[in-house]
Amino acid sequence: MSVETIQSRREWLLSDRPASRMQARLGRSYVAWRRFTANRLAFVGLLIILALVVVAALAGVLAPYSATVGDLKNARLLAPSAAHWFGTDDLGRDIYSRIVYGSRWTLYVVILVAIIAAPIGLLVGTVAGYAGGWTDAILMRVTDIFLAFPKLVLALAFVAALGPGIENAVLAIAITSWPPYARISRAETLTVRNSDYIKAVQLMGASPFRIVLRHIMPLCISSLIIRVTLDMAGIILTAAGLGFLGLGAQPPLPEWGTMIASGRRFILDQWWVAGAPGFAILIVSLGFNLLGDGLRDALDPRSGDQ
Amino acid sequence: MSVAENKVAAGRGSARAVAILSSLGRFLVIAVTTYLGLLAVTFFIGRVIPIDPVLAVLGDRAPIAVVERTRREMGLDLPWIEQFYIYVKSALSGDFGTSVLTTNPVMSDIRRVFPATIELATLGTIIGAVIGVPLGVLAAVRRGSFIDQIARIIGLVGYSVPIFWLGLLGLVLFYAKLQWVAFPARLDVVYEYTFTPITGFYLLDAAMQGQWDVFYDAYRHIILPASLLGYFALAYIGRMTRSFMLNEMAQEYIVAARAKGLSEMRIIWGHALRNAAVPMVTVIALSYASLLEGSVLTETVFSWPGIGLYITNSLQNADMNAVLGGTIVIGSVFIAINLLSDLLYRLLDPRTKAG
Repeated sequence: MSVETIQSRREWLLSDRPASRMQARLGRSYVAWRRFTANRLAFVGLLIILALVVVAALAGVLAPYSATVGDLKNARLLAPSAAHWFGTDDLGRDIYSRIVYGSRWTLYVVILVAIIAAPIGLLVGTVAGYAGGWTDAILMRVTDIFLAFPKLVLALAFVAALGPGIENAVLAIAITSWPPYARISRAETLTVRNSDYIKAVQLMGASPFRIVLRHIMPLCISSLIIRVTLDMAGIILTAAGLGFLGLGAQPPLPEWGTMIASGRRFILDQWWVAGAPGFAILIVSLGFNLLGDGLRDALDPRSGDQ
Repeated sequence: MSVAENKVAAGRGSARAVAILSSLGRFLVIAVTTYLGLLAVTFFIGRVIPIDPVLAVLGDRAPIAVVERTRREMGLDLPWIEQFYIYVKSALSGDFGTSVLTTNPVMSDIRRVFPATIELATLGTIIGAVIGVPLGVLAAVRRGSFIDQIARIIGLVGYSVPIFWLGLLGLVLFYAKLQWVAFPARLDVVYEYTFTPITGFYLLDAAMQGQWDVFYDAYRHIILPASLLGYFALAYIGRMTRSFMLNEMAQEYIVAARAKGLSEMRIIWGHALRNAAVPMVTVIALSYASLLEGSVLTETVFSWPGIGLYITNSLQNADMNAVLGGTIVIGSVFIAINLLSDLLYRLLDPRTKAG
C-alpha cells in the first residue's frame, strides 16, 4: 500500500462529514482505537488478556504435563527447574501445566459471571429508568440494598448454603455483582428517555418492550462493557478467594485460588507451590484493570483526567 | 436587627431544620429497608436454599414423629411471612441460634471474637490513612512525577493482587526468612494464660495494665496482618485522595490564595486538603468497612481469631447458624458505616445542603 492511499484512508476515516453511517461508525472506532493504543499501559493490558485467551485455547499444546495426574514417586515438591518451570506440587504434578490449564477456569468464571450479571443489571436498570414512578423506586431500592451488602461475605454465605463448587461460586458472585450494572444502565436510560428519537418511536406505536430492548439497551452497552471489564479483576479475586477458602473449585481442578490453598501447607519450605498460581492471578487481574482503565479513557473522554 | 430581617432569618432557620429532618427521615427509611433486605437475604439463604432445614438438623434417620415435632418447634409450619417476622425479631434481639460447633449461642461467640477483628481493621485503616493521604496529596500536586507513578503502581497492584496470597508471601519473607514478626496467632502461647484481656483489644489492654512485654508480643503478631490490610486501604485511600486533590487544586480559590502570596505548603495542606476533608472522611470510613469484610481472608491466612476466622471455621463444619450470624453482624456493621458516612457527608459538606 502506498503512502497516499494510507493518507487518504485516514482522511476518509477522520472526515467531519461522513457520507454514510458505516463511515461515521468506522471513523469513531478508529479515533477510539487510536486513543486506546496511545495509552501504552492499556495496550499491555489488552496483550495480557489476549495471551490469557490464547493460553486457555491452546492449553493442550502449551502444557508439557497432565494437569491432574502427577508423578508421585519421583517428582514430589521439586523446586523450579528446566524440566518443571514452576516446580511441582505435593502430588508430583507440574505447576506450570496446572497454571496453563487453570487459565481455562479463570476465563470460565469471568465469562459466566459477566453473562449472568450484566444482563440482569441491564434489564433492571433500563426498565427502572424507562418506567419511572413506583417501578423505578422499588427496583432501585432493591439495587441499593444489594449494593450496600459486603460482597465477599454474602457470596460466602450463598456458597455455604448452595454447597462448594465452581458453578455455585459463579452464581454467588453473579448475585452480588449485578447492582452497579443496574445503576449505570438506569443513568444511561434517564439521559435518553426524553429525547426526540424515543418520542418518534413512541409515535410510531412501538411497545415499551420494543423501545427498551431495541432503542435503549444498545446505548447502555458501551458504558456497561467498561464497567464489566473494570470489575473482572474483582471477580477473579473473589473467585480465587472462594477457592482459597475451599468453597470454589474443588481439587483436583487446577483453579488458581484452590492451588494456592493446597500450597499453603508448604508455604514456608516450598513457596513456589502457592507462589506461582498467585502470581498468575496478579498478572491477569492487572491486565483486566489496565484494559478497563484504558477502555474508559478511550470511550469516555470525560473521565480521562481521573 | 429589624423585625423583617428576624423573620427572614427564622424562615431560613426553619427551612434548614426541615431539610435536615427530611434527610434524617430519608436516612431512616434507607437504613430500615437495607437492614430488612440483609435479613431477608440471610433468611432466604438459611431457610429456603437447604431443601429441608429439619433434615439438616436431624439427619435422614430420625423417626417421622420427631421430624414433625422439630418442624413445629422450629416454626417451619407457620406461613412464610410469619416465619420472617419471628426471624427479624430474634435477629434484632441478637439471637442467631446456637452454634453446632462450639455449642454456645452464636451471639456470645461473636462477642468474644469481634474485638480481634476490630483491632486488626482499625490498625489497618490507621496505617492506610497515615500513608495514603500524604501519598495521594503528593501524587496530585506533582502530577506525572516519579512519586505519582509510584502511587499509581501501588494502587494498581493493590487492586489486582489476591490478599491471601500476599499474606502468605509476607509470612515467608518476614516470619520465616527475616524473623521480624511472630508466627500466625494473636499472642505467644506463654501469654495466652498469664494475660487477662479487659476490652479484648490486646494492644490497648496490655498498655493499660503496663505489661509492656505482652504489648510488644501482641505488636509482633498484629503488625504483619495489619500492614497487609493497611496496604489495601492505602491503595484505595491514595487513589481517591489524589482525585479529590486534583479537583480542588483546579479551583479558583487556589489561584486567589496564590495571588495573595500564600506559601505553596499552606495552600496545599491548609486550603485544598481542608476542602477535600469531608469526602476523604467518607472514603476512609468506606475503606474501614471493606477491611472488616476483607478480614475473612486475612484472618484465615494469619490464624487471627476474629469473626472472619470464625465464619470460615463454621463454614468448614457446615455450621449454618454461625455462618449466617457472622454474615448478619459483618453486614450490619458494613451497612451502618456506609450509611453513617453518607449521612455525615450530607451534614458536614455545606455544598450538599442546598440539594
